[in-house]
Amino acid sequence: MSIAANPRQFVIRTIFISMAVIMLIRLFFLQVVEDKYKVMANDIAIFRKVVYPPRGAILDRRGKPMLYNERVYDLMVTPGSVSKTLDTQSLCEVLGITTQDFTKMLNKTRIKSGPMRKGVFIEEMSAQQTARFQENMYNFPGFEMAERFRRTYPRASAALMLGYIGEVSPDMLKKEQYASYQQGDYTGMNGLERSYEDVLRGQRGVHFLERDNFNRPREPYKGGTLDTQEIAGKNLELYLDADLQELGEKLMRNKLGAVVAIDPRTGGILAMVSAPNYDPNLLRGTERTKNYSKLYRDATKPLLNRATQAYYQPGSTMKPMTALIGLDVGAITPSFGYPCAGGYYACGKRIGCTHSGGGHAANLRLAMAHSCNSYFVHVFRLIADNKKFGGVKNGVQAWHKYCNDFGFGHPTGVDIPFEMSGKAPDSNTYNKMYNGSWNSCTMLFVGMGQGEIALTPIQLANSMCIIANKGYYYTPHFVKSIGNNPNDPLLKKYHEKHVVTHIPDTFFDVVAKGMQDVVEHGTGTVAKMEGIEICAKTGTVENKAVVNGQAMKMKDHSVFVAFAPRVNPKIAIAVVVENAGFGASWAGPVASLMIEKYLLDSVSSKRKGLEDRMYNANLVNKYTYAIDSAQRLRDAARMQRREDAKRLTDSIAFAKDSIKAMRFFNKYYNIKKTK
Amino acid sequence: MSTQSKSIFGRLDTVTLVLYLALVFIGVMTVFSVEHRSTDPSIFMMSKNHMKQFMFLGVSLFVGLIIIFTDSKFFSSFAYLSYTIGIFLLIITIFAGVDIKGSHSWLGVGVARFQPGEVCKIFTSLALSKFLSSPDTNFQTLRHRLIGAAFALAPAVLIILQKETGLALVYFCFFLVMYREGLPNIILIIGFSLVALTLASLLVDRLVLFIIITTLAAGGGYLIRRELKRNVSARILLVGAWLVCILFSQVMVPVLFKYVLQKHQIERIYSTLGQDVPESYMKAGQKKDEKKGNVSDYNVKQSKIAIGSGGFWGKGFLNGTSTKNEFVPEQHTDFIFCAIGEQFGFFGSGILITLYVSLMLRLIYLAERQRSAFSRIYGYCVASILFFHFAINISMTIGLAPVIGITLPFLSYGGSSLLSFSILMFIMLRLDSDRQVMIR
Repeated sequence: MSIAANPRQFVIRTIFISMAVIMLIRLFFLQVVEDKYKVMANDIAIFRKVVYPPRGAILDRRGKPMLYNERVYDLMVTPGSVSKTLDTQSLCEVLGITTQDFTKMLNKTRIKSGPMRKGVFIEEMSAQQTARFQENMYNFPGFEMAERFRRTYPRASAALMLGYIGEVSPDMLKKEQYASYQQGDYTGMNGLERSYEDVLRGQRGVHFLERDNFNRPREPYKGGTLDTQEIAGKNLELYLDADLQELGEKLMRNKLGAVVAIDPRTGGILAMVSAPNYDPNLLRGTERTKNYSKLYRDATKPLLNRATQAYYQPGSTMKPMTALIGLDVGAITPSFGYPCAGGYYACGKRIGCTHSGGGHAANLRLAMAHSCNSYFVHVFRLIADNKKFGGVKNGVQAWHKYCNDFGFGHPTGVDIPFEMSGKAPDSNTYNKMYNGSWNSCTMLFVGMGQGEIALTPIQLANSMCIIANKGYYYTPHFVKSIGNNPNDPLLKKYHEKHVVTHIPDTFFDVVAKGMQDVVEHGTGTVAKMEGIEICAKTGTVENKAVVNGQAMKMKDHSVFVAFAPRVNPKIAIAVVVENAGFGASWAGPVASLMIEKYLLDSVSSKRKGLEDRMYNANLVNKYTYAIDSAQRLRDAARMQRREDAKRLTDSIAFAKDSIKAMRFFNKYYNIKKTK
Repeated sequence: MSTQSKSIFGRLDTVTLVLYLALVFIGVMTVFSVEHRSTDPSIFMMSKNHMKQFMFLGVSLFVGLIIIFTDSKFFSSFAYLSYTIGIFLLIITIFAGVDIKGSHSWLGVGVARFQPGEVCKIFTSLALSKFLSSPDTNFQTLRHRLIGAAFALAPAVLIILQKETGLALVYFCFFLVMYREGLPNIILIIGFSLVALTLASLLVDRLVLFIIITTLAAGGGYLIRRELKRNVSARILLVGAWLVCILFSQVMVPVLFKYVLQKHQIERIYSTLGQDVPESYMKAGQKKDEKKGNVSDYNVKQSKIAIGSGGFWGKGFLNGTSTKNEFVPEQHTDFIFCAIGEQFGFFGSGILITLYVSLMLRLIYLAERQRSAFSRIYGYCVASILFFHFAINISMTIGLAPVIGITLPFLSYGGSSLLSFSILMFIMLRLDSDRQVMIR
């Protein structure tokens, strides 16, 4: 240290320190002042993964699954990890595909999801593919199986009642009820899947995962402390009896119509068939759109739930209700008789009656058993013209009130969507139709269930419940309990007893006896069964359809309503078979067989012949196709007309505008010229 | 002379040793944090880089121990020989080098690979110290100054030939040493002005720059007009300076960019300046849209995100989302500072920078207390090399300098780097322990 301190060492020290200071300033700005880098780091490195919980299953009354989540496997591939030495040949053998397919599919995946990310190679592998691949998986690095759940209908029945799920459409997303959904989510589109969407869906979980530079998710962010757990959807337990449902669908094969069976004690729906039905498994996965449009185009309209959406005139099955109203109003007594000799002539025009034998309508029970048209038309007139109401208009209004009490003219409130209300005419209806000048003769058909009244099969079945229960009903519904809790708040409204009228029990007893007579020795003997007292009413409904621009009388609808046993009824049922003929010939057996199946748990071998006859009958009217295509043509023409009209108004508006513009310019031009 | 009586370990400078050990320890832990995944079965996995780095540390400490037991005179006598060997190795590398990540600067012997360019820094330091401290050297003469510069620049040229420009740049640090040993101030000023001029010629339009330089020269001439009238050399100096500036900015820089620098280097420089590469400097066949989002741009962007997201206190050890998920390429080597910045934030980065500056200042302090010029100059060499690595590496990770592939001393993963820095440090420690002895 002989020399004095060299000044240059300080220069160098200053350089060192100033460099460090520059860095610290820069770091301070990067790390403390600027916030955008934190946002960017989170954006690139944190992956918000939405976890969908398993959707709830739907079980029948005995716990048999009707709709549940099936495990399926997709074959996934990470194109970048497929080794060059892969034994393509053996993989193709395992999967049962050709080498060309393999190359094509691999390229497709590579384009779709990039080389470093997993993409779907085969969607929904078959059971054979799954088993064979699982054994040999270790041979094929880069390929793996991914588990996925798919809604599946193991019994392939009750398609329209169970419904299906589909992707939420952009239009739906705009609505408030879908606020918690995002694009790509699935939601129930129809049936119970739609009605009970909120409980079936469960609650989505959100997991935050870190992802790496190739966008592959890795470990949970901050140990998963920010995550919300998903909550599994609840199961639905139904009143529906899967075997009864299946039997109903089999009986209604190759027919158009509907069956609704309800347990009158609870309002629980035991079976609901809309024929023709379809395999609900068609409406899921990749084939959905294709199959849906096929079903949509079908002339027999399988997508229409005939049980809740189709209107049928009740025909003679209305007669028990007419009788009850008559009794309650005091228009008749149980011993009231009408001297019918094969027709009703009081209003000038003859109304035919199938029976002409003297005394077949000597009292209410007999009239019911023989389904005497004259008798019930007369009863209706007696109600409408009853002095109590003072005038036919008030009388019809009172009758309408009774109809509403029986559940007609408004949706029953069943727990599947898109139910229709049916039609129960009141004075206004006729005022409009006949310009106010009408009397009880004008619309007396309503008393025998023809004319302006139209019911859905579920309303018909519900009315049977009311008679079976002697004056009250529970709203028909499918779901017995949600997640084994029968007292779920969603089900509260179905536990409410609706007391409809205060018709005395004795009147109900008389009508029920009359209906029993229908089966014992009346029009519905086909439904007779050993040991069970069935109360029923047949209906043969005249109907018309428009064919080639003309209203044409079609073959009668076959309708049958029943409840059994008479004392403490356990099942009420309504069956409609379109264009089939007499109520007793087609609808009757269906109802009877289903009652037997439900009450005795099997159909006796004695009635095998009847069962087979039902199975083999093809009652789809040949006109159905013609009517349908004509209807579609009309719809298309109407659409065309509407569009043309719109175009016309548009062009007129446009022309008006241009005339205005022209005038304006002319004016301006003229002014200029005059100057 | 009390220090002389102590054992050799007692005479080692404790502060330097502690700083050194602290940095290498931080290095191993940081490499660990970059590599570690929560799914790893154990933290002691030999396949992982942090364990390898730990092994390299063991080797380095062992070599350090050997150095400490070596006679301190050995280094000065070995200096020229080692330099010759180093140059020889560099020449071999040009022909027999192995290509790793686009650079041709590695020599492979079996599995082991090393970068002669890294090791040669030691030899150059020794040789330069030996030369400058030699009694025959008069550093005031131009001839000896040129020889000194040649000592520093010969390896740099050879390394440039190996396409490892970043490492070659480090050899310019020896000018800092030579400055301490008497290189005129003007060299430093010229150096800085050349850098400024280069940047100016990249950023400002050529014609505008020409006008600016001319105006500056005219203005300067006006201010010293009396001097100019009296003194011929002043006139020559002014005109010469003006000419050099014009030549440099109008000819040299364009030529350099058009013909000498590689495509990626041009991109890096412009990316640091925050500009697009002008079309005149684009290589043949390079598409216009290709220049966007190039690799080094991505590196710097990710690096800035990682560091910037650290905040003041950082995300915590092993909690860095960018670090864990490999968003920053080359993070265990050149971009290791991101791991510190993200996990320990401004606080940790500040401490690290303080550690480095303390070490460098301590080295200068050690150098200044040497009796022998050889030891002093060698100390400056070590400090300057450290400074260059430190300054360039951290600056590039925070976007202050273009991406130049050089390591962060003691922290970056890599055997060559750790070993050569350790050797540099231990030789200095050894020389310092004998600071009372004159070494020739």
